[in-house]
Amino acid sequence: MKALRDVLDKVHPLFAKGGILEVAYPMYEALDTFLYTPGEVAKGTTHVRDGIDLKRMMITVVMALIPVTLFGMWNVGYQANTAIEKMEEAGIDHVGDWHYTIYNAIGFANDPTDITANLILGAIFFIPIYAVCMFVGGHIELVFSVLRGHEINEGFLVTGLLFPLTLPASIPLWQVALGIAFGVIVAKEVFGGTGRNFLNVALTSRAFLYFAYAGQISGDKVWTAVDGFSGATALGQMANAVAEDGDANAAVDSLQTVGYVWGETGAITWMSSFIGTIQGCVGETSALFCIVGALILIATGIGSWKIMAGVIGGVVGTTLVMNAATALSPELLTSNPMFGVPFWWHLVIGGLAFGLVFMATDPVSASMTDKGKWFYGALIGFMTVLIRVVNPAFPEGIMLAILFGNVFAPLIDYFVVQANVRSRMKRYAKT
Amino acid sequence: MENFINIFITAVFIENLALAFFLGMCTFLAISKNVKTAIGLGIAVIVIEAITIPANQLIYSLLLKKGAMSWANGFVSVDTVNFASVDLSFLSFISYIGVIAAMVQILEMALDKFFPPLYNALGIFLPLITVNCAILGGSLFMQEKNYNFPESVVYGLGCGVGWALAIAALAGIREKLKYSDVPPPLRGLGITFITVGLMALAFMSFGGIQL
Repeated sequence: MKALRDVLDKVHPLFAKGGILEVAYPMYEALDTFLYTPGEVAKGTTHVRDGIDLKRMMITVVMALIPVTLFGMWNVGYQANTAIEKMEEAGIDHVGDWHYTIYNAIGFANDPTDITANLILGAIFFIPIYAVCMFVGGHIELVFSVLRGHEINEGFLVTGLLFPLTLPASIPLWQVALGIAFGVIVAKEVFGGTGRNFLNVALTSRAFLYFAYAGQISGDKVWTAVDGFSGATALGQMANAVAEDGDANAAVDSLQTVGYVWGETGAITWMSSFIGTIQGCVGETSALFCIVGALILIATGIGSWKIMAGVIGGVVGTTLVMNAATALSPELLTSNPMFGVPFWWHLVIGGLAFGLVFMATDPVSASMTDKGKWFYGALIGFMTVLIRVVNPAFPEGIMLAILFGNVFAPLIDYFVVQANVRSRMKRYAKT
Repeated sequence: MENFINIFITAVFIENLALAFFLGMCTFLAISKNVKTAIGLGIAVIVIEAITIPANQLIYSLLLKKGAMSWANGFVSVDTVNFASVDLSFLSFISYIGVIAAMVQILEMALDKFFPPLYNALGIFLPLITVNCAILGGSLFMQEKNYNFPESVVYGLGCGVGWALAIAALAGIREKLKYSDVPPPLRGLGITFITVGLMALAFMSFGGIQL
């Protein structure tokens, strides 16, 4: 380790101001701070209370994401292996793509009960997505940092892990590259890099893909990484049930009765959505592991519990109002059974848990003021349920709800600050 | 009642004039540098929309629409003229613009008299509301959707509120973006266009809602 430090110190003059490799300083700086804690100390009369910086903050988020990521990989493999098993039972041959060639070449069989095999298959799907994302996004970040002269931030480590986790495992890799390029350039770098954007970068990338290539990111063919297998996500199934039946069956019943296309055993229960053994984007299925992540974020003070509580409050409140509305006019339940979905279902299905823990709490794009965080969270919760229930075009709501919240966050801050100014002026006038 | 709520929600969110149709962009981009002025302009637009759209609705349904003039038959005893067959709808553009221009003049005088700071802050853009496409667009959508008078009142209010909400949000974001380090070629209008595009992406959450 000492030798490495010496090498870095030795080449430092080359990259410092006036050195021959001055333009490449951001690269040197990134490598240096990635390997070692920055050696800079506070100058003058500053008093440092805690050495937390952007680097430690971002790494904490990445660590909070690791349980979700591991579970997500296992689930991708589990869903795929289950589907293949069912297809073979039904007498349909499964023709796998290159992922399965690798998988079989290293000697694994399609057995959903084998935890290691599931994890490996999931990794074979997830690692290329992650690699493409880091490669493309990282290089864009590098080019911008050299040209604009800012540092390469660890912020991208978070974006680069969040974005793949919000994608279905079967997404084409060129779309991953396109999406992250759009997000990093248009949503972040044109505003000057980390901390200066106003929309969540990972979500902007995903929203871009969602509207540009809806076929690969929504519907019921994409969620399980097996060709020819179709099974909708929980929210997708609800939306389908609403479109097809339109009778008084509550949407939740459709989950428990419809199940997967290939059999009854895969029917979704509340518990399976909570633990996450259901179909969906890589990282979003498990509410349980999102709670683990949330605990890490809250304990370290990185994620705001006020925003999380605000979102949950918004979801519960809106759902209760909608449930009450169905009690008043039962025909509402007939025309749109989604109105009858209770809040404990809303909290575990879809990307809500993932979004509220890791996306809504993004300190850059969220409200800055303490009071504003409650309003911001509640707005997101309200919009999520609203989009899920009344908008038949999008079964999933949290992505667009958070972007919507981001748009209004500065305005919320403005009003909170103004209210504070007014109340202080009043107090001052009294004395 | 439900019908009115639907029209209002549609006008504010789903068919937001600024972020779904991109109407009224010139003032939208120019007067959104700080929240206070933006809200002032937003209120001005709400007032103008809420007055001109119902007024234009009356003009359209009583004078311009085919057969709208049939009420005049009672006043004329000559048989050679049949007002029921008169179709003046080709005059709609010019009459709407006329009404809007008159209303803006009145609003301008009122602001000058009662709220001089806001009047000064809005500057040249207040008279420019006259030719703001969001205002004319509101009237033309009203005609296209065949709203009756009470509906047009609600629709006018909704259009204005939606536009005001959008400009207030944009102003909030632009105040925040003062701390951003935007590449020099994009500074000013360029980054504002990108910002508005990203806001429209967030507003797409309403696309597809059927009310």
